[in-house]
Amino acid sequence: MGNAMTIPVDLVMLLAIALFVIGLFGVLTRRNIIFILISIEVMMNASALAFIAAGARWGQPDGQIMFMFILAIAAAEVAIALGLVIQLARRFNTLDIDAASELND
Amino acid sequence: MEYILFIIAAAITIGSSILALTRLNASHALIYLVVTLLALAVIFFLLGAPFAAALQIVVYAGAIVVLFLFVVMMLNLGKSSVEREQRWLQPRMWYGPAVLSAILFAILCVAIYDSPSSDTTGTMVSPKEVGTELFGPYIIAVELAGFLLLAGLVGAYHLGRRYLSDRRS
Repeated sequence: MGNAMTIPVDLVMLLAIALFVIGLFGVLTRRNIIFILISIEVMMNASALAFIAAGARWGQPDGQIMFMFILAIAAAEVAIALGLVIQLARRFNTLDIDAASELND
Repeated sequence: MEYILFIIAAAITIGSSILALTRLNASHALIYLVVTLLALAVIFFLLGAPFAAALQIVVYAGAIVVLFLFVVMMLNLGKSSVEREQRWLQPRMWYGPAVLSAILFAILCVAIYDSPSSDTTGTMVSPKEVGTELFGPYIIAVELAGFLLLAGLVGAYHLGRRYLSDRRS
């Protein structure tokens, strides 16, 4: 690792925003629950990138610690959500998230 | 040097994440997601967070995406799923979300560039510093994360299990 790390923090934040917006677009557009989960992963990574950039900007370890908590939350979320995917596929025989709107009728 | 590498990695991240979210086949999307995560790991490394970069590769690309792949393979989505995705993904469904996302992007960009700063990312934070901070002031949060993972384990077992009533019907 060099000692002159000259990446402007604005650019990193811009990348984080772009990733978050791409993930949001995916959540809003897709109907397949697996793709919605992938989009949520992308959004979580965007927030993790923002934390890391902030931690690097001030030279504090807190950013990386928050990244680790995001990792733990993502792992728990994926475990539960994939359980729900399996239940959805078993009960409705589809991955369409609209199939699970039975509470409407 | 770091700047050029960052630009390349950022371009790969954005391109592969867009590709991941527009694929019709779930396994192809997951491969693009892995590319996104690895490029992000490069960015973390360039930002002076080598421990986070390693965790990103080991836990995200290595464990979480594999969990996705297991489920996709278990569900055994065939050719019919690609055709169904094609039916679901009509271009006219994109307009609304695209406009909303563009508005959010513009607002966040204004928020970032409202107070322009030419700050550059600073020094490297070593794994040792992260560890002492993690098991010092943040110890309660570590234990709460442990509870959360336990709850995730129990919940995943409960949801993934096949019940007797399912088998009968």
